Amino acid sequence: MGQIELKGVTKQFGDVEVIPPLDLQINEGEFVVFVGPSGCGKSTLLRLIAGLEDTSGGKIFIDGKDATDLRPAQRRLAMVFQSYALYPHMSVRKNIAFPLKMAKLSQAEIDKKVEGAAKVLNLSSYLDRRPGQLSGGQRQRVAIGRAIVREPAAFLFDEPLSNLDAALRVNMRLEISELHNSLKTTMIYVTHDQVEAMTMADQIVVLQAGRIEQVGSPLDLYRHPRNRFVAGFIGSPKMNFIGGAEAAKHSAHEIGVRPEHIKAGQSGEWQGRVTVSEHLGSDTYLHVQTDHGLINVRADGEIGLHHGDTVWLTPDPACIHKFDANGMTI
Amino acid sequence: MATQASRAAGRLMISPAVILLFLWMIVPLGMTIWFSFLRYNLLIPGDNPFVGIENYQYFFTDPNFWPALWNTLTLVLGVLAITTIGGILLALLLDQPMFGQGIVRVLVIAPFFVMPTVSALVWKNMFMNPVNGLFAWIARTLGFAPFDFLSAAPLFSIILIVAWQWLPFATLILLTALQSLDSEQLEAAEMDGAGAVSRFFYIMLPHLARAATVVILIQTIFLLSVFAEILVTTNGGPGNASTNLTYLVYSQSLLQYDVGLGSAGGIVAVILANIVAIFLMRMIGKNLET
Repeated sequence: MGQIELKGVTKQFGDVEVIPPLDLQINEGEFVVFVGPSGCGKSTLLRLIAGLEDTSGGKIFIDGKDATDLRPAQRRLAMVFQSYALYPHMSVRKNIAFPLKMAKLSQAEIDKKVEGAAKVLNLSSYLDRRPGQLSGGQRQRVAIGRAIVREPAAFLFDEPLSNLDAALRVNMRLEISELHNSLKTTMIYVTHDQVEAMTMADQIVVLQAGRIEQVGSPLDLYRHPRNRFVAGFIGSPKMNFIGGAEAAKHSAHEIGVRPEHIKAGQSGEWQGRVTVSEHLGSDTYLHVQTDHGLINVRADGEIGLHHGDTVWLTPDPACIHKFDANGMTI
Repeated sequence: MATQASRAAGRLMISPAVILLFLWMIVPLGMTIWFSFLRYNLLIPGDNPFVGIENYQYFFTDPNFWPALWNTLTLVLGVLAITTIGGILLALLLDQPMFGQGIVRVLVIAPFFVMPTVSALVWKNMFMNPVNGLFAWIARTLGFAPFDFLSAAPLFSIILIVAWQWLPFATLILLTALQSLDSEQLEAAEMDGAGAVSRFFYIMLPHLARAATVVILIQTIFLLSVFAEILVTTNGGPGNASTNLTYLVYSQSLLQYDVGLGSAGGIVAVILANIVAIFLMRMIGKNLET
């Protein structure tokens, strides 16, 4: 169970239309990531699904049933918040048990489920601590524990990793992916970090200004972006965009080439000067000032180029994306 | 304040203020303790001989002492109950989005700025007066006999007046505490299936515990020494029905010109306030720990 469908859902705050009519289908067991720049309405969309905000129009169906006017608790969804939203005066055990207590389960049943969740999340030895005594990653796990004990139809994650440091974020990313593999429950995950989206998602929904720009699998979006916005948003470092005569050669208004699809060498199409070089050992990132503007290049391994060096760049002809004047892919 | 020299300089700089404050406290306290051991009545001129604990014996055996003690505790507990419970309810109300929120919040704090003598007089003459008072008028309009608050229920009336003064203070502190509650916690509780009542008791009330502790501690300090309201309304009467310890000390030292007995009463009041403070800290002080 856990199929969610939005039909013509809109949301207005006063006169401002945050989400214009929007249709979306989320299949059972999918890991769907909403991604977009801040202020694109992705969190609002999640809150609409959760029932924390009222829709201004349209219908939300959960497992085929109209859930538009149901209260959050009746939608059988569980949410993990950005701030974790743990109850600071309750122990970890009580935090995890809270939804079960509200559902009026027997104490024996509550204890069993809490122990089970704690075991899955490696929290067994922390059950009697307060959230204030836990580290960021542990708090995150408690928040997830509070969500999984309810056995919801779907999990909603609202930027759950943005308060963690980089190393922990990678760890928790793996843990959430593993959790999805073992529970097989629908998960909707909101983030502004396209790396999180690419690594975790079955389906990515790219949003801009409340509109869905494209829905697809991570590699689908990477290889076949529908428009300039998706092309620029997916992939790190960002795709290079070149207009003018160079684009006209490819009979396009603008062309885009990803940094990893440009070869740097002693001869090639575009001449430029290196302004910044970043040497990571495994990769080398070059920022090259050319006649067509600043171009980012990502080369495998170590390349001995430094600030001020002259370099020639060659794009891989098979990997050039072409856009028309409206920014749509040709 | 890192080096020894700067620490020494720092101590030197604050010493005038500290010494002044210390003298400000210790001289009156020392003199009160000294007077409490003297036979010292302004109506009996002559020597003021040292009489040991005689004044304390008189004070404790005064027929008004135990009633005054109970009145003090009833007054404090009554006002605390009304202001904390009422303050929480008012804070919940004021936290709701509404038209003219800013003005309403300013108006709510207004009673706190009315000085105790004035507010007590207003209550006495305009509300509780059995002939001209608003309550009497309401009672007559509805066909009841007017209730003479200050003679029929003097302590209760004073509790009402004092609670009216302190309710804004409690409301304001609890309101700011309520506003500092993370809205995501409430939303999480909502997702977890907690209704409005459960959210109040499981999330909001524990969050308010610390602010409520501050309200109770501060109010207790001031409520133990309520005086003006009693003086201008009931004068401690009828009989001793509304006499609290502060008023008892006043009536013995000033009305009877007995400095020694009044000082002894003052010291008893200080000790009592400390006992109450210790009990309070034991009971609710742990709320202030992080």
